[in-house]
Amino acid sequence: MNAPVYNFAYLDEQTKRMIRRAILKAIAIPGYQVPFASREMPMPYGWGTGGVQVTASILGPDDVLKVIDQGSDDTTNAISIRKFFAKTAGVATTTETAQATVVQTRHRIPETPLKAGQVLVYQVPIPEPLRFLEPRETETRRMHALAEYGLMHVKLYEDIARFGHIATSYAYPVKVNGRYVMDPSPTPKFDNPKMDNSPALQLFGAGREKRIYAIPPYTTVVSLDFEDHPFVPYRHDAPCALCGAENSYLDEIVTDDKGGRMFVCSDTDYCESRQLAGHRGSQNAAPYKERVHG
Amino acid sequence: MYVAVKGGERAIENAHRLLAHERRGERSVPELALEQIAQQLGLAVDRVMTEGSLYDRELAALAIKQARGDMIEAIFLMRAFRATLPRFGSSEPVDTGAMQIHRRISSTFKDIPGGQILGPTFDYTHRLLDAQLADGFVPEEPATAEAAAPATPRVTDFLGRDGLIERSPGAEPDAAVGDLTREPLSFPAERDLRLQNLARGDEGFLLALGYSSQRGYGRNHPFAGEIRFGEVEVEFFAEDAGFAVPLGSIALTECQMVNQFKGSATEAPCFTRGYGLAFGQSERKAMSMALVDRALRARELGEEITAAVQDEEFVMSHSDNVQATGFVEHLKLPHYVDFQSELGLLRKLRKEFADANDVEPLQEAAE
Repeated sequence: MNAPVYNFAYLDEQTKRMIRRAILKAIAIPGYQVPFASREMPMPYGWGTGGVQVTASILGPDDVLKVIDQGSDDTTNAISIRKFFAKTAGVATTTETAQATVVQTRHRIPETPLKAGQVLVYQVPIPEPLRFLEPRETETRRMHALAEYGLMHVKLYEDIARFGHIATSYAYPVKVNGRYVMDPSPTPKFDNPKMDNSPALQLFGAGREKRIYAIPPYTTVVSLDFEDHPFVPYRHDAPCALCGAENSYLDEIVTDDKGGRMFVCSDTDYCESRQLAGHRGSQNAAPYKERVHG
Repeated sequence: MYVAVKGGERAIENAHRLLAHERRGERSVPELALEQIAQQLGLAVDRVMTEGSLYDRELAALAIKQARGDMIEAIFLMRAFRATLPRFGSSEPVDTGAMQIHRRISSTFKDIPGGQILGPTFDYTHRLLDAQLADGFVPEEPATAEAAAPATPRVTDFLGRDGLIERSPGAEPDAAVGDLTREPLSFPAERDLRLQNLARGDEGFLLALGYSSQRGYGRNHPFAGEIRFGEVEVEFFAEDAGFAVPLGSIALTECQMVNQFKGSATEAPCFTRGYGLAFGQSERKAMSMALVDRALRARELGEEITAAVQDEEFVMSHSDNVQATGFVEHLKLPHYVDFQSELGLLRKLRKEFADANDVEPLQEAAE
């Protein structure tokens, strides 16, 4: 049997060039979904294959990679992807947002503001913001081409008529550079303002759906809303129990079966660096720690 | 539970170690050899090669072993390896008319040039569990006879000579072959890409769709014109040599469905075709593929599109089991930041409802 041999960062160079061309096109047309010939990756579709392909295509030997899932570096899927690149590309990895040149993320944008030169790679499950209003790709591509976004505004309006609020709390649609309506991936809408005018390059990869899109640095990103119902980010009304942060997105942790709750930063790096800097919340340890097996 | 989601590096390592242990099973039981899988679970190997889009019996056997017999997982392993292989060209079209036949049947004619050849088939077996097979069964040597006439022309060609069936599209040697693994799919898709999608598609999904067309959802009256299984030569045009060189032979199953006719004021009515092709002996797959291929030609043939099986965007977007299983199973990944956001919104809506209707909000949990 011929033993399989893999290239730097897994993908072959031809594939990387194809993906880089798609990325360049995506950067040239902010918010536009560029079709690309997504490959089967050694992790399942829906588990970050789009983000992994984008990362594999932009990674160089000197890059420092950070991978987060739900804001945290130590969730299982983040560990798995970080180890994948440590193994296939041999790049340095970090958990510190400020140290990373490439940050791959699922569902969050780091709390620490990103800088020029950094790249944030989002894993995207459903790239099409209009998909749940119109299931057909042929239709939604036409709607984007004509900037025909009335259906989305009607949906948001119907939410208000029914609930009194826009009932979208994550994957909240944005308009990029005044042209394309874009799905920010299922990040909580708390993170939407961070996309606007960011000094970092933001790349979005959807593997199963075969789409790449981008927000170049310093691009206007507006969350869709109405004058009388302006966009409002949501966070739990509490400080972080570990670091006392009042401005970070919080995970709600159920501590017992009697209604006990605690709220801690979803961004573990942010929380830990605040604790190191001496900030304290009402608790001094997470309620659960990984048990060490032999 | 929280432990299961965060801080999982050691947990992952241990889980994989446990998986390897479970895969091996009781260590006093002899380990499966790849050759045993390739030989004795040959139809599983055929399916993994077909839907994995890679003809390599040994790697398919390895994938089945590694996947503990989970076929979709094995297909996934093949695909992930295939994706990394360089593509240096396309073979010449294979000539299934020149197939070295192992099995060949037609349900449209009682007898045909080259004969009806049953070959190795489950057809006409009585499905009674056979206790003899449990251990140490040595089957009889197969019956043999002189090879029949070497020529086994395609059944649809007999019909074609009389113009009773639409012509197969002519070969276009200079046209590039579509490849949805190299170019992103867009709709409407042409038949080459549809067939590629169906060839890679999940057997169960295509079976159900083909079945639905037989039951009246997009009905098109099929007959199994011919099903043939055997070996064909694969040739590659070598630029250096200036001629096509043989690369080897592969086993294929081909199904040609003969379907209801069409006609118009200017065209005489004739039968139409549905086509299925799969690696190895994969009859159910090839037949299902042929049914779905025919149904998907509704647009081209000017038929009314009323059923799922005729809807190429629906069929092609959902036929790939590696894509489907990935997305279904990704629900196992943590979603708590989104869920927290939804929870926050729901609590707010419930509170507003309670305020508006002047009722006490329900307590969330016992004090």
